[in-house]
Amino acid sequence: MSHWIDIAALDSIPQRGARLVKTRHGCVAVFRTGTDEVYALDNACPHKNGPLAEGIVHGSAVTCPLHNWVISLETGQVQGADEGQVATYPARIESGRVLLDAARLQHRAVA
Amino acid sequence: MTQKLIIIGAGMATGRALEHLLDSNADFDITLFNAEPRGNYNRIMLSPVLSGDKTYPEIETHTDAWYTENNITCRFGERIAAIDRTAKTVTAENGEVLPYDKLLFGTGSNPFMIPLPGHDLEGVIAYRDLEDTQRMMDLGAGNRCVVIGGGLLGLEAAAGMAARGVDVTVVHIMPHLMERQLDEAAGYLLRKALVDKGITVKCAANSKEILGQDGHVRALLLDDGTELPCDLLVMAVGIRPNVKLAQEAGLAVGKGIHVDDQMVTSDADVLAVGECVEHNGAIFGLVAPLYDQAKVAAATLLGQPAQFVQKELSTKLKVTGCDLFSAGDFAEGEGREDIVFRDPARGVYRRLVIKDNVIVGAVMYGDTADSNWFFGLIRDKTDIADMRDTLIFGPAYQGGSAADPLLAVAALPRDAEICGCNGICKGQIEDAIAAGATDLGAVRSVTKASGSCGTCTGLVEQVLAVTLGDDFVVPAAAGICGCTDMTHEDVRRMIKSQSLKSMPAVWQACGWKTSCGCHVCRPALNFYLLADWPLEYQDDPQSRFINERKHANIQKDGTFSVVPRMWGGITTPDELRAIADAADKFAVPTVKVTGGQRIDLLGVKGEDLPAIWKDLNDAGMVSGHAYSKGLRTVKTCVGTDHCRFGTQDSTGLGIKLEKTLWGSWTPHKLKLAVSGCPRNCAEATCKDIGVVCVDSGYQISIGGAAGMDVRETALIAQVPTEDEVIDVIKAITQSYRENAKYLDRIYKWMGKVGLDWIRDQTVDDLDNRAALVARFEVSQSIYRADPWAAHVTQKSESYQPLADLSLEAAE
Repeated sequence: MSHWIDIAALDSIPQRGARLVKTRHGCVAVFRTGTDEVYALDNACPHKNGPLAEGIVHGSAVTCPLHNWVISLETGQVQGADEGQVATYPARIESGRVLLDAARLQHRAVA
Repeated sequence: MTQKLIIIGAGMATGRALEHLLDSNADFDITLFNAEPRGNYNRIMLSPVLSGDKTYPEIETHTDAWYTENNITCRFGERIAAIDRTAKTVTAENGEVLPYDKLLFGTGSNPFMIPLPGHDLEGVIAYRDLEDTQRMMDLGAGNRCVVIGGGLLGLEAAAGMAARGVDVTVVHIMPHLMERQLDEAAGYLLRKALVDKGITVKCAANSKEILGQDGHVRALLLDDGTELPCDLLVMAVGIRPNVKLAQEAGLAVGKGIHVDDQMVTSDADVLAVGECVEHNGAIFGLVAPLYDQAKVAAATLLGQPAQFVQKELSTKLKVTGCDLFSAGDFAEGEGREDIVFRDPARGVYRRLVIKDNVIVGAVMYGDTADSNWFFGLIRDKTDIADMRDTLIFGPAYQGGSAADPLLAVAALPRDAEICGCNGICKGQIEDAIAAGATDLGAVRSVTKASGSCGTCTGLVEQVLAVTLGDDFVVPAAAGICGCTDMTHEDVRRMIKSQSLKSMPAVWQACGWKTSCGCHVCRPALNFYLLADWPLEYQDDPQSRFINERKHANIQKDGTFSVVPRMWGGITTPDELRAIADAADKFAVPTVKVTGGQRIDLLGVKGEDLPAIWKDLNDAGMVSGHAYSKGLRTVKTCVGTDHCRFGTQDSTGLGIKLEKTLWGSWTPHKLKLAVSGCPRNCAEATCKDIGVVCVDSGYQISIGGAAGMDVRETALIAQVPTEDEVIDVIKAITQSYRENAKYLDRIYKWMGKVGLDWIRDQTVDDLDNRAALVARFEVSQSIYRADPWAAHVTQKSESYQPLADLSLEAAE
């Protein structure tokens, strides 16, 4: 069952940028695209654990700041010739606020 | 027996005639006079020089070395005073008398100056040669210029100066621009495009008087009373063949020097080519017929049969973003029909004028991709009855002929003209390829195809591709990234010429294929925009790599390194104590001395950055920019302060340089050093810019590197004072910022434009140096500031997590 919790105002994340949410099992990066969609992914590139929140966001993808792997924000899939997968979490916007699904974040700890 | 040939005028026509003569190993002893103090250059490329797209060395067609190699006696900067055709001698300006067997006139044309009151004021110029171009280039942004004449040349002058930030007004006597080449509709679209570039266009405007003050032009007065203030007035209203010398020599002269089909004048030993001639009542201003004349004149001199035939001409305008083409006759008239196509959304206009099922004229604006095909139909008088319904859409829509440009090129007959300037047909290129010219450069040097205005370069490459098949890869002039096919150079040119001042404007104007770029193009665009429009463009942190966005170097574990600035490598006990305290307070695991004479605190957590910066700020330190594509460090030795060998105050100069340059963004990192004597303890000769002090002054050298590539710097100037060192280095830095490709260090940029060009721009040309320094200072008025302090006060919050769920009770 979903359990949406209010995280922050959308405007506290820059367009084409990201901010971190700390959880007990590591950091989740919450991305905001140029067209105001939000996505939540583990803040670790499958390559060398690069902090994805610090990457350049373009379209609905982010480029890891360490070695330029490109990761789809929608699926968490690594794009192009590289391979890998980043865990994604449900995120949505409601009345200008960013909401994350606590149930799924919780589930992550179990997985 | 060797014949003496004297050539008067080193222009494009005589230059080409010379090449033909030399190619056939003609036995001539050649003397070349030229009133301009230089040899032959590609005059039609002056407009790209004016707009900054090209430099003079790039348009020089014959160098001093070329003349020497070919044993041509050059007398540049000298005029001919008189000709005695009976004695067959010419008299040079200095009185020297030289005999000739054959004489070739290439005296060209003079710009026509309307004899308005005030036309002889200082600051009233024509647009004809390099000196005129230089005058326009020197005018400087923010000044005002009036151009009289809305024809090809006037508009290229206007657009070139507008691209340099000059406030330009074009005054044209006719109701629409380029009335000889364009119809009213295309003239309107062109006008709109120029107005969008910030150029003021006044059509149907009559000039009455040029007003002056203290002998210098002040304004142009129109006959309706309007005054147009200006600092420079350019007259580009046409040219007149220069026939004075020929007339004095008693040759038959009308509008131009009369020549027959063999280019021989009324004297069998005197020939003439170029803009000075009149042939069958016509005079010539475009380059293609001049080249034909040159070929015929050379053949005549060699005693070979040849005949000059006037051909259909087409026109293209060399203004970035104004794609227009016109050919043939497009006046309306009895028995003529029009086919018109418009696409307002794309700003496209095409009009074909047809008579008896043959196209007699074509005007195209906005999309000229098919212009060669239409021009071929006009020239060959092709019957278009069968394709009339779809004709206007171009070759791609004619049954069978596919949209693949390679197939279209493959289908061209051998006599299809590829290079209009040089009259080179597909067959000649194929022959050159068969003879071993297998790349563009080789084809260009063998056939001259694409060597003049360059617009057919793509077509020549396609001929290469068709002829060589898989052996030739059309060099995809590498686009910046997958988002665009445009190169860095193309995009920079667009940003400047189209005044693109935001990233969305660039994406739109340059047809980006993605919605908002990618990690490759966005940092480059962000740099180009802030370098070209420092006051208008707002830096976009989201388009920067993390290091520049967070003003610290990211490490492999996601922590950061912090390097405070130490001006010229000088620090104090107080600063060292503050650094030590910060290292303790934030549990910095590693403290290291860098190669650039700084102290690096490695392993700082991202969320601690604003706090550690605040502590360092409080102790009087600012960001060291150890993370930036910008000014990094100025390394120094102790110079005359302590060293017994020091010749100058290298430390003091290093500090001054660093204080003036810091905060500036550059295409790649920029490292400097100042050594107090040639022992060079500061290792200045492997820096991007290095200064070595000597007794008599300062040696400035550039283009060093000590990374994957190791390079020694090359000397660019020696100057006597510290102030001049600082100015030259500011000018070099600004020129690098304005011209280099993103992520090219100075040595790579220098490899492309050449040390001589950089020296011309920043050392020799004092006006240009001053203009570069002024533009650098404008930019520094924004960027010479500490980003750490700004982030501490304004962005501190963004370094913290958005939320902390780790403390919430598990359900």
